[in-house]
Amino acid sequence: MSRGTLIDLIYLIAATTFVLALKGLGSPKRARVGNLIAAFGMILAVGATFFKLNDQGQHLRHIPLILLAMAIGTIVAVPAARFMRFTAMPQLVAIFNGVGGGAAALVSITEFIHIKSTHPATYVTLEVLLGVLIGTVSFSGSAIAYAKLQELMTGRPITYPGQQIINALFAVAALALIVTILVTSSSMLLWVLLIVAFVLGIIFVLPIGGADVPVLISLLNAFTGLAVAASGFTLGNNLLIVAGTLVGASGILLTRMMSAAMGRSLSNVLFSAFGSVVTASGDAARDDGRTVRSGTPDDVGVLLAYSNKVVIVPGYGLAVAQAQHVVRELADLLESKGVEVSYAIHPVAGRMPGHMNVLLAEANIPYEKLKEMDEANSELATADVALVVGANDTVNPAAKNDPHSPIYGMPIINAGDAQNIVFLKRSMRPGFAGIENDLLFDPKTVLLFGDAKDTLSKLVTAVKAS
Amino acid sequence: MTNALLEYSTVFILSVFIGIEIISKVPSILHTPLMSGSNAIHGVILVGSMLILGSANSTTQELLGFLAVILATLNVVGGFVVTDRMLELFKSKTPSRKAKSESDAS
Repeated sequence: MSRGTLIDLIYLIAATTFVLALKGLGSPKRARVGNLIAAFGMILAVGATFFKLNDQGQHLRHIPLILLAMAIGTIVAVPAARFMRFTAMPQLVAIFNGVGGGAAALVSITEFIHIKSTHPATYVTLEVLLGVLIGTVSFSGSAIAYAKLQELMTGRPITYPGQQIINALFAVAALALIVTILVTSSSMLLWVLLIVAFVLGIIFVLPIGGADVPVLISLLNAFTGLAVAASGFTLGNNLLIVAGTLVGASGILLTRMMSAAMGRSLSNVLFSAFGSVVTASGDAARDDGRTVRSGTPDDVGVLLAYSNKVVIVPGYGLAVAQAQHVVRELADLLESKGVEVSYAIHPVAGRMPGHMNVLLAEANIPYEKLKEMDEANSELATADVALVVGANDTVNPAAKNDPHSPIYGMPIINAGDAQNIVFLKRSMRPGFAGIENDLLFDPKTVLLFGDAKDTLSKLVTAVKAS
Repeated sequence: MTNALLEYSTVFILSVFIGIEIISKVPSILHTPLMSGSNAIHGVILVGSMLILGSANSTTQELLGFLAVILATLNVVGGFVVTDRMLELFKSKTPSRKAKSESDAS
């Protein structure tokens, strides 16, 4: 077997591991093994590439430079990934996705410079340009998504008059540039395309609200996959085509599944500047002069200690306050007093689907206590107390009752069905989606203001005392 | 249309169908790890970046290729490590379940 065939065979094995990995990641039991299989395939593929000969039969050059760049990347990536806080998970995925898109764009640009003198076929140039466009959009879009999640900029949608028209103009400009470059094969215009694509990525993401950013990251992830596939066409590398396309296709499907979990369509997520307007019902609620009932930890402690069944509804506020360990302490204490405790997990609790499960698992909360929405809602019907910790939009009855609400149609946790509702909130500020919550004004509701972790510690003390 | 383009297009089309088929049924709790895992997989652009830097024959190409390898390494290494950290927490918590049943018995 020649060297080239052997390397292609190794690439085929790597591609197979990627398929198996994606398959494994779809089931809780095999997910971790799946990820390790893909990592193994990646090591094989990268290792084999060191021995690859190019079309002229030359060995790979600049190997010390390649190793140096890999070392730099590894030294930066490992601590960032290893020591991040779990609340920062979505932004970290965004940034690792963005750099992948950037790498794909760079590969396409460099290959264009490389082959330009040989007057490549039109379709080769087209692949290059698509790689540059998609990769760059993914890069700059991910950067803005990161800034929004890291709260370096406002998480609210940023809108201005004529926004959709301006965005459309940029998209048309990008396509027109691609056609022009195909005809003239001007490398000057390639840099213009790069700039237009960069701006396009930014303005595409600006109007998307913080709560929707995870869906966006999933879409940008699919984009990067397609950019990698485009690079694969340019380089004539089947492994890149297979891996990039797998991620592109499954990523788009995953994005649709994620928006479906929020009861919305993908186009609604991307183009509606969701949550930018305070809804009419929200204003009315404020003008009503309705009052909320705020309680003390001691009262609530007694209430909890003498309940039969408590359902905890965790939200992003719990994650921000790093309160998952205190929640567990409270739950353990209640259980030792014979109270039945479970957790109601909304599919989009936290900032990404599954985010909350990971946070609670970190605090060693048994997996079987985490109830998915439907099961949780039947539990809540018979619960004495729904303890809402830092959640808001996922328990907002407006999603069921108010057809004018932007979240109308989103499935929610029916915290309102419990006998008593206790909200742990930092303030009366509306949730991430920026919508007023009627449940706060419900006569069954008690509010405990303050940092979730603090309040929970006080509750632990109160329950111990009662 | 050349044979090579036809071959790559075949691979592309079949990969689209596989990509759709393999993730048709994913519980929502695994959406995030799946996204993160596929994020790591498109880090395979590292292979492309290596080939680009490895055949660079001008300073511009070397510079762009060098940058591409750094970015792609970040993607691939960061992607796999983050995904593994997420999934590490999904393993079943048998010890605590046992502790629970013991405390129930007492």
